[in-house]
Amino acid sequence: MDPRLSVIDRRLEKVENIIAVSGGKGGIGKSIVAAASALVLAENGRRVGLLDLDFCGPCAHIILGTDNLYPEEEKGIVPPKVNGISFMSVISFTAGCPWALRGSEVSNAITELLAITQWGMLDYLFVDMPPGLGDPALDAIRLIKRMKYLLVATPSKVALDVMKKELQVLKELDMKIIGILENMKRKESEPLRNKLEDLEVPFLGSLDYDAHLEEAIGNVPELLKTGFARQLREAVERFI
Amino acid sequence: MHEWALAEAVIVTVHQEAEKQNIKQITKVQVRIGELQQIDLDIFKFALENIKEIYDDMFLDADVIDLEVESSALKCKVCGKEWEFRDLSHLKEDENESIHFIPETAHVFMRCPGCGTPDFEIIKGRGVWIQSIEGVL
Repeated sequence: MDPRLSVIDRRLEKVENIIAVSGGKGGIGKSIVAAASALVLAENGRRVGLLDLDFCGPCAHIILGTDNLYPEEEKGIVPPKVNGISFMSVISFTAGCPWALRGSEVSNAITELLAITQWGMLDYLFVDMPPGLGDPALDAIRLIKRMKYLLVATPSKVALDVMKKELQVLKELDMKIIGILENMKRKESEPLRNKLEDLEVPFLGSLDYDAHLEEAIGNVPELLKTGFARQLREAVERFI
Repeated sequence: MHEWALAEAVIVTVHQEAEKQNIKQITKVQVRIGELQQIDLDIFKFALENIKEIYDDMFLDADVIDLEVESSALKCKVCGKEWEFRDLSHLKEDENESIHFIPETAHVFMRCPGCGTPDFEIIKGRGVWIQSIEGVL
């Protein structure tokens, strides 16, 4: 039997809220929403963690502007602090190299990381989810039992359709849904809110497409000054 | 001491299983430790002893935990070649350290010695696994 499974709940027992930022499709801004939500809460004095669970395409560290991260060893591993956030990413173990990994081994790696990471006391832990409904998503559901979902969608029909499918699965599995956040809204696009009425899920607001956001990636003080961060602060207030 | 987290996992799992099976006294626990994870057995045993005390264990003596190191077997998904972790000794200390924490990072630092792909499978010898728990009901 796998002994790691019996300690994952213990590693997370002092974390008040665990929020998965998901949405199904890649490129919709899950990582920036997860990282920036963590930053704005940390800015307000909350104890916040961020776990980048996208093992094959980790990028939260790029948003936070850091790449030399080494966890301390203390009865497991303790996530290093980055801009006030307890941050855990596989980049601490991959030396910046690509990690091509099949499903069953992704499952093992996720289990290992969850079993050895000592998060300590946190008000919020954001989990930056990988795209899709494959092994990593199912493992996160299986292993992180108290996780609530914040779904990100964009005005794109493609992204909306994929998000709806993920939502359907999450509802079927009885997972808690915090709500849907629209990202990269353009002035001319039809409000996403109108397309979500039949889903019976809270709409948390829209984040306009911010042409200056890219320049602020990797520079946290600048990131927190963007229009994106301003609107995100308002949205975060709706779900904390 | 990363071994502590895994040793705690063993103790907690043995507790849970003993409760499930109404075992009053544990007589033997067989733990397999995969070569790939490069666990320091002395540290692991020390951790088991310490954790046993923390959990105020009346029915589990750390001496009954039998640790067996399992050789690794890696198999290429492309060309089918099989090899062992110890066959490749070129890894740097920090690369070994990463594999120690998360054995699947072997895919970052190792390639199939036959065809050079990172697409291989860890067939055995990965990490910590409880083979069996025996006790008196």
